Amino acid sequence: MNQQVAPHTKRRSMQAAALVGVGVMAAVDEIIFHQILAWHHFYDRSTTEVGLMTDGLLHAAELIAVVAGFFMLLDLRRQDALVTGRAWAWFFLGLGSFQLFDGIVDHKVLRLHQIRYVENLLPYDISWNAAGLLLLLIGLYLWRKAKLNEMTNTGI
Amino acid sequence: MTHDSHQLHDSTFPDWIPLLLLVVVAVLYLLAYYSILNEKGGWQRWRVICFTVGLVLLGIALLPSLMRWAHQDLVGHMVQHLLLGMYGPLFLVLGAPVMLALKALPVNLARTITAILRSRAFFMLSHPVTALLLNMGGMYLLYLTPLYVKSLTNSFLHYLIHFHFLAAGFLFTWSMIGQEPVAKRPAFGIRVFVLFISMAAHAFLSKFMYAYLYPLNAPHSADQIREAAKLMYYWGDLSELLLAIVLFASWYRKRSIAKIPAPSA
Repeated sequence: MNQQVAPHTKRRSMQAAALVGVGVMAAVDEIIFHQILAWHHFYDRSTTEVGLMTDGLLHAAELIAVVAGFFMLLDLRRQDALVTGRAWAWFFLGLGSFQLFDGIVDHKVLRLHQIRYVENLLPYDISWNAAGLLLLLIGLYLWRKAKLNEMTNTGI
Repeated sequence: MTHDSHQLHDSTFPDWIPLLLLVVVAVLYLLAYYSILNEKGGWQRWRVICFTVGLVLLGIALLPSLMRWAHQDLVGHMVQHLLLGMYGPLFLVLGAPVMLALKALPVNLARTITAILRSRAFFMLSHPVTALLLNMGGMYLLYLTPLYVKSLTNSFLHYLIHFHFLAAGFLFTWSMIGQEPVAKRPAFGIRVFVLFISMAAHAFLSKFMYAYLYPLNAPHSADQIREAAKLMYYWGDLSELLLAIVLFASWYRKRSIAKIPAPSA
């Protein structure tokens, strides 16, 4: 389809999709783990004031990311400049990097809250981060596939 | 002493004055709407609907029974705060009342309003950073200092705070998505950044209140404060998400206007 895709539309497609990916993962975390399962706590006593502040900043960034990414995707589609393969790849990279970031920085470094308040947290931490890693790998695979497709398309 | 002041009113006439004012504003808006209905350009009906919704939300916040609930219960206070300072202003600004006034008023008056809108003083006042400081700064002052407790016994302060919620909320929302013609509007990037700071500051303040049970020394139980802070966090979030959507939607619309006339060849 897009035989000569300008580099900046590729870049914009990837940026927009990554923003949506990050925001969607944050929303999934909020809806499933905070609201439905109620495994996560709104606040736990070990959270420091700095933790609360970074939590606020991150939360705001997620909200802006999903809205900004969504409208950027719409804008690209309107101009017929959306590079779909790359967009899907970076959507998954966005999902995965947020999941890993949440699992390592939020839960372990900042200790904002834990995945679940149980005796043995390790299996939860491992599956959380493994899920993040899996999403990242899917993203990388899709990215490679998109690049190969572009090469064969333009090579004809 | 303080307890008496909570319970003494059954709603009397002065309690209904704010609601009467809202009705007056609604009538003026509708009169202006009908006066320009047949002119070229007219006025979009969705703006009328938004403005009416905004007034209804303010009306709910100012109902005497809600006022009484808000006076005794921090959860009630928070519902009022969300309606007056966040949801009400969002819908009122979408109703673009000043732009309607510019169209409907006699030319001389409209010119005066335009001159004010284009003045340097108005630019400074309505800058997103000023509006953020007035809006968030007001909330930080109210909940983190003894101001909240003072406002429970001082009725002048009490009304002033309500007015501030509405005025600062309106100013902030307008600085983000206002449509009225001004000399220059702060760049889109500045507005997005300020909205980001505002969301973070709101989320931080509500979690801080939840964690350390602010406002301190208020006659409210810990559970009530936590419930109010949670309400502030989630519902405040939703209103700012809506604001972000409107802000980015206007970016999307402007890009199409900027792009389409450009010849592609």
